[in-house]
Amino acid sequence: MSKMQNGSAMPDERGYFGEFGGRFVPETLIPALDELTAAYHEAMADPAFVAEFNQLQATYVGRPTPVTYARRLSETLGGAQIYLKREDLAHTGAHKINNALGQALLAKRMGKRRIVAETGAGQHGVASATVSSLLGLDCHVYMGSVDIARQQPNVFRMKLLGAEVIPVDSGSRTLKDAINEAIRDWVTNVRTTFYLLGSALGPHPYPMIVRDFQSVIGIEAREQIQALAGRLPDVCIACVGGGSNAIGLFHAFRDDEDIELIGVEAGGLGISSGQHAARFADPDIGRPGVLHGTRSFVLQDADGQILNTHSVSAGLDYPSVGPEHAFLRQSERAFYTYATDEEALNALKLLSQTEGIIPALESAHAVAEAIKRAPAMSKDSIILVNLSGRGDKDLDTVMRELHL
Amino acid sequence: MSQMTRTETGLDAIAAMFARAKAENRAAFLPYYPIGFPGYDDSLAAIEAMAAEDVDGFEIGMPFSDPLADGPTVQAATQKALENGITVSRCLDAVRELRARGVRQPMLMMGYLNPILSYGIDRFAHDAHAAGADGLIIPDLPPEEGAIVAAACAREGLGLVFFLAPTSSDERVALVARQATGFIYVVSLTGVTGARDHLPEYLTQFIHRLRAHAGDVPLVLGFGISTPEQAQRLHGLVDGFIAGSAMVKAGAAGTDAVRELARSLRRAR
Repeated sequence: MSKMQNGSAMPDERGYFGEFGGRFVPETLIPALDELTAAYHEAMADPAFVAEFNQLQATYVGRPTPVTYARRLSETLGGAQIYLKREDLAHTGAHKINNALGQALLAKRMGKRRIVAETGAGQHGVASATVSSLLGLDCHVYMGSVDIARQQPNVFRMKLLGAEVIPVDSGSRTLKDAINEAIRDWVTNVRTTFYLLGSALGPHPYPMIVRDFQSVIGIEAREQIQALAGRLPDVCIACVGGGSNAIGLFHAFRDDEDIELIGVEAGGLGISSGQHAARFADPDIGRPGVLHGTRSFVLQDADGQILNTHSVSAGLDYPSVGPEHAFLRQSERAFYTYATDEEALNALKLLSQTEGIIPALESAHAVAEAIKRAPAMSKDSIILVNLSGRGDKDLDTVMRELHL
Repeated sequence: MSQMTRTETGLDAIAAMFARAKAENRAAFLPYYPIGFPGYDDSLAAIEAMAAEDVDGFEIGMPFSDPLADGPTVQAATQKALENGITVSRCLDAVRELRARGVRQPMLMMGYLNPILSYGIDRFAHDAHAAGADGLIIPDLPPEEGAIVAAACAREGLGLVFFLAPTSSDERVALVARQATGFIYVVSLTGVTGARDHLPEYLTQFIHRLRAHAGDVPLVLGFGISTPEQAQRLHGLVDGFIAGSAMVKAGAAGTDAVRELARSLRRAR
């Protein structure tokens, strides 16, 4: 159990984190969510399940992932010392595998051999396809056609891994619409199918399950930074789309009240442009609502219709956010800001050229916030950035945007 | 006020609808039709034409950008409605206008939760009642989350319909039956809305199981019903049935097609 968060007081039995969360789905799915909740608690109480998960995390995913001291980046910025939690070094190149592995083991335990998943950037799709291949499950990934076009390498990887990639042409043709289609598939095939949801959102128990499987990030990082820097960080920074890498990092530091927890949303072309995915930054359109089964902050128009979002990074291009983040913000335990497309691209370039690490565009948003903050902080202060994924998948986009 | 020409409103009107159908030994027919498809005026004309065919009640569809319980037909129609500028207010205008034109049948507003939350639940219940609506159907609101909406509906005398599905356990059937007012919307199959060629084989057994645990709350079957042959099978089995995607497809062809289909479904015996 040491490498997984479990038994946290949140959420409550109905899946609420304060006033956020819950289960707003059609009746057909309620029994499936009840079954999943029961199976999850049973599995987590079974030492054999936990041992299998930890064993595969060590021998297949490659955990623990290291924490790297970013010496040249820190020196360049001239302030705080920056450390990177290297989820980019996990198998498949992002933190998504932690949750995909946990849920796939759960699916197998529940006797559900058909997996449906949604994906934005393709990282969760690749992770789902990977663990399905590992465990002999039949994997179907819904992906918006806009995202298919901008994340071609991941589409091919999923196919190579034996998954079926199903293009989604409804709505904005991005992550939001892929989730709609995955839920429609699940509601149709609910008796045989496990919905492998990739972020800390959706109806209860998903936000809890995803958080618990991702909590390994923060648990490891907390030990590693103490070993490396001799103390805990002053600031933890992570990007927030649905928010799974951020919640996975934050949880281990939640009770350290002196440590600032900062989530970075996608500022797109800037908040005033309206072309962004910053749910917390724009009170005119980002307000509490219900989307995809959970009550959280949602980008919506005056009539409650969900707005299309924009981000250079497909993984952050989503109009809602995990309910626990809404709670952490409201309770002022975490603080949320944003980085624009341009800031993220510049951060990607700077990290590549100072540290030899090409981050995913999503993770580059977190790096951008570290770049903004570090110069004003003292040299003995510490920033821990969750480098949630690697940038190989984004090279097409980056080549178009950065002229080298 | 045309509403004064209706002797009952809200839950009473819904109860009277089932009483009449029962007295005639048949299941009530409640077509679904979305406001704003293919245009606002077209949708009102379609509903008025169905009312003239003596259908028993209506589900008045309000559009949402992310209708995750709907199949392609309703998705496309409600998307068109959004493109036509249809809002929650406009849907309430439509009900008011239909009452003014003399439509007397019960009308239940059907839409996803977020636009209603955004409008304000209490305000919505108040304005829906004032416009002449009789109830509310929210596909992404299970009874566990229904308390806030239930209180507002109770204040206004509106029905609040919850759902049951083939996956619902006997315990859930009893739970839903305790909380639903007006009727229970029985989803015929695991899936999304849309016409199917055949009703599921387990249907009779499924309905009998629900009936055994749901007390005397009326059961209204929906999802997949599109033909008079299917409708015929439902008399004596359920208290009512819904056709949605089929009405929308007819609506794309025009008011006459809607009238014809409504007539054939209403008269199928």
